[in-house]
Amino acid sequence: MSIVAKFEVHYSQFLDPHGKAVEPLPEFARDPGNLVALYRWMVLMRAYDAKAIALQRTGQLGTFASLLGHEAVNAGVGSAMERDDVFLPTYRENGVQLMRGVSLKELFLYWGGDERGCDYAGPRRDFPICVTIAAHVTHAVGVAYAMTLRRERRVAVCALGDGATSKGDFYEGLNAAGGWRLPLVFAVTNNQWAISVPRKTQSAAQTLAQKAIAAGMEGIQVDGNDVVAVRHAMDRALAKARAGGGPTLIEALTYRLSDHTTADDASRYRGPDEVAEAWKLEPILRLRSYLMADSAWDKAKEDALLRECNEQVQAAAQAYLDTPPPTAEQMFDHLYAQLPAAFVRQRAAALGDE
Amino acid sequence: MAQITLVEAINLALAREMERDESVVVLGEDVGVDGGVFRATLGLAGRFGPGRVLDTPLAEALIAGMAIGMAAEGLKPVAEIQFAGFAYSTIDQILNHAGRMRHRTRGRLSCPMVVRTPCGAGIHAPEHHSESPESMFAHIPGIRVVYPSSPRRAYGLLLAAIRDPDPVVFLEPTRLYRLFKEEVADNGEAAPLDACFTLREGADVTLVTWGPMVPETLAAADELAEQGVSAEVVDVATLKPLDLDTILGSVARTGRCVVVTEAARTCSYASEIAAGLAEEALLNLLAPVQRVTGYDVVVPYSRLEHRYMPGKARIIAAVKKALAFA
Repeated sequence: MSIVAKFEVHYSQFLDPHGKAVEPLPEFARDPGNLVALYRWMVLMRAYDAKAIALQRTGQLGTFASLLGHEAVNAGVGSAMERDDVFLPTYRENGVQLMRGVSLKELFLYWGGDERGCDYAGPRRDFPICVTIAAHVTHAVGVAYAMTLRRERRVAVCALGDGATSKGDFYEGLNAAGGWRLPLVFAVTNNQWAISVPRKTQSAAQTLAQKAIAAGMEGIQVDGNDVVAVRHAMDRALAKARAGGGPTLIEALTYRLSDHTTADDASRYRGPDEVAEAWKLEPILRLRSYLMADSAWDKAKEDALLRECNEQVQAAAQAYLDTPPPTAEQMFDHLYAQLPAAFVRQRAAALGDE
Repeated sequence: MAQITLVEAINLALAREMERDESVVVLGEDVGVDGGVFRATLGLAGRFGPGRVLDTPLAEALIAGMAIGMAAEGLKPVAEIQFAGFAYSTIDQILNHAGRMRHRTRGRLSCPMVVRTPCGAGIHAPEHHSESPESMFAHIPGIRVVYPSSPRRAYGLLLAAIRDPDPVVFLEPTRLYRLFKEEVADNGEAAPLDACFTLREGADVTLVTWGPMVPETLAAADELAEQGVSAEVVDVATLKPLDLDTILGSVARTGRCVVVTEAARTCSYASEIAAGLAEEALLNLLAPVQRVTGYDVVVPYSRLEHRYMPGKARIIAAVKKALAFA
């Protein structure tokens, strides 16, 4: 017997849970201004998250999927992408979406049950949130294929969770992306839980990153609570994709500090000790510790930022609440480019004209 | 004008539209070098290059999902699913994504894509190769479902499907692929979508059908004519959205209607047409609408499929029943 193939999966971390640099920081992170900018986004994401949950709890928003604890993954992915790349999100990447120009009001509209929240005024070609798990992995393959066919230097970034890596669509998409060496980055947020099913029950694979290797692409693992590590991995993967080097899968290790959604009660399937331990690793505290030790941040700046974020979120929430509900006619709008005659009568009935 | 088969007409339309519009791409299993298992894409890879005629991995959900990504990003993909029996795994993508992309993004993104797949029994194929899933697709909002029945209509309707700005499921009657030839002018003229075609005029009964059952229904009309019964034959062609008006107009003249499909009876598309007539044409009907359908059984293996598919005799018997109703 001989070995015909051998693989390794690398793990990367720059800031440890105490905010201490354990490796020399990459170029972008040596400028504290860049890290402060990321920090500000992460704090905004958390303020948005808290507001969304408050709105839901008071009956002013539909079911909401919190991104609590995912701020570093969101900021790392969102800051690395170019404007004309295409982002294909799931429901836990509202932070990336914000950074790409989706407005807070649009996000509130979406979770408030209004399709107009998917008509992003900013990133016109980004996909709407994919709720059916991993289906959008195949969409990303099509998007990236179109970019390649037109010889563009754009990249498709497909975000997914650990649960999605169990799906057939994930394997079908990865396999094709590897085969065609497409300009694609798969940003897998491994938050340890697919609703109530823990990571170790989902798959016997040692890492999720190694699933990429079977598809002939690089798979790497990063500390998903370390925004520097996520951003650096994204920078490398995007540059490689733009240079024709094909796709990459990044598994970012983090923890879902919230319930799955506001309709879930995580205490049914996991204990408080585990969650308490995870809070010690959370991404915002870590980056703040680093910035404060570096004198790039202080309490006055923190207080001002919190005030600013809360005001911004409050104003957007109010704008959402002030938006009149859609009319019944809008059920039929945009169903087809032009509503077929056969359905015009149904629309009239919906409007009460019949 | 050349006499060509239905599958050659498909090929002709694909080539014509790829020539006219460089955003059109063809993808699927074995569609490239091999030209497709039925040769519907024969010669396209050589003519337009492997970039626009892609052999995909063997993964139907990928093919449909990829087409969605391509379409949203500005291409016009025409995806081939090798047999309708393998298209069931594409329904998730078509229903959850293709059919609602325009709607949920308020028109920001759309899916101008075609999913072609051969359907129907009668070619002595292995299991899963004889399916008639049209009513499953017709149930999906936001898409069109088209099912041609002749080379000329296949050519025109496929051009229309590719040019349509919304997703189209384009079902192709496998057993008609090479059953007969017809003159087809390669003039780039699309046939109208969302419209039924009246193939034969008649006064006593309206026979409504589509796709693979059209020739058999026309043959039944011929035989009925010999017996002094004048049957009108309507080819539905676009199942979704349905041009019920043409059927209503015909039934207003004939007073009797028989709907013919080889799909299993329960929730078949014949049921939808019968329901439409019950709602809109009750006072014009001289007899209950008859459905001639496949049975509510699994499509049998090839040795029995001739007993499964409705033939002339079953159609004529249904017509007689309608005529006998007082």
